[in-house]
Amino acid sequence: MITPFRYARPDSIDAALQLLRDDVDAKLLAGGQSLLASMKLGLAMPSMLIDLAHIPALTRIARAANGLWIGAMCTHAAIATSAEVRAVAPMLADLASHIGDQQVRNRGTIGGSVANDDPAADWPAGLLAGQAVVHTDRRQIPIDHFLLSMFSTALEPDELIVGFQVPAMPAGSATYLKIEQPASRFALTGVAMVRRGPQVRIAVTGLGHGVIRVPAHEAALGSHFSLGSLDGPNPVTLDPAEAVGDLHAGADYRAHLADVLIRRAVGILQS
Amino acid sequence: MSDSQPSACTEVTLRVTVNGRAHTLETPVETLLIDLLRDTLRLSGTHPGCDTSQCGACTVLVDGAAVKSCNLLAVQVDGSAITTIEGLAAADGSLHPMQRAFSEHHALQCGYCTPGMILRGVSIVAEGIPADEQAVRHALAGNLCRCTGYQGIVDAVCAVIRTTPVRGGPR
Repeated sequence: MITPFRYARPDSIDAALQLLRDDVDAKLLAGGQSLLASMKLGLAMPSMLIDLAHIPALTRIARAANGLWIGAMCTHAAIATSAEVRAVAPMLADLASHIGDQQVRNRGTIGGSVANDDPAADWPAGLLAGQAVVHTDRRQIPIDHFLLSMFSTALEPDELIVGFQVPAMPAGSATYLKIEQPASRFALTGVAMVRRGPQVRIAVTGLGHGVIRVPAHEAALGSHFSLGSLDGPNPVTLDPAEAVGDLHAGADYRAHLADVLIRRAVGILQS
Repeated sequence: MSDSQPSACTEVTLRVTVNGRAHTLETPVETLLIDLLRDTLRLSGTHPGCDTSQCGACTVLVDGAAVKSCNLLAVQVDGSAITTIEGLAAADGSLHPMQRAFSEHHALQCGYCTPGMILRGVSIVAEGIPADEQAVRHALAGNLCRCTGYQGIVDAVCAVIRTTPVRGGPR
């Protein structure tokens, strides 16, 4: 049973911010695919929902300087089928097409997912590896400084994500692989890998504490991009202490999956 | 600041079209779409299953797109056209091609998941997904069936895809 709340439907970013400032217990409603579930469980009891679905400026997808602009309220389904995303950063379209299921993708949004920062979500991994910049109503935050830890971001209580600027990731330079938890289809473990020149960025989601980068793997692959760089005499592996176990998988298994997926990703981006 | 900013409310006047029929409904804002359909409109063909957005029994179409009606507020579909299982058969009672295919391919046993499966099937056809077993199974990932083992469901959806004329590809 959902605790009663008030509902508002602003038609501009300014109007949404005004509502947000006026009620400290208000929450922004994007697609609601995580928020409504947590409200049903009583994990979230907002006094007001501010529905962002009627602000057209938030649903734009466009080519931008050196890459893409993706508005915060774009659904996973819209991103998965966007010709611009497929052309400029196909890894992101592929990632979007494997989030949850089609029903969830038809309503869930990239902004909602990133603001929620679920430790097993797909977008945080893809955007962290892809070096996105989060644009809010008042500032631009590199994704590395935006995602703090699970369910925690740099957003101020009265701040709103407007969209994401993502540098181009041509086909063959980026991939996202995951092993799904079969009921929720969240990532049991997911790995996003992006190569830009000699630089390799790897983000791992689903380990439990929130999405992380893996500096040792990145450095090894940055010096020479091959499986041999990871599996030499001193193999580069993820410390299971980086992971948390739950009823779906233990910490050591999750860390193992990450290492397997990182190696598969190297194989894909090598060819 | 926009002077058209609507103030916060606890009840809304919803305008929705359900199975081709227009409704104007005074609705508390916390009403879920599934409860609007089942309790307010008495359309009980939309089935509650897990209530956690996993099983897909409550799937309906909103402007042609499949959604889980247990995980959506009714206010979020204000102004939309909704299709439930009750809206698929023709006025004379003749079944929708997806309903016929489910019958012909033995795609149901207990029938609880069937309304959601059929509506998802209809949207799969509209999305232009090929009549390929793996593609259809991926597309059906959000709908669980505990009886059939899925083979009949996949066969039924593939059969309708094969007999539906292509209309300019995916949405």
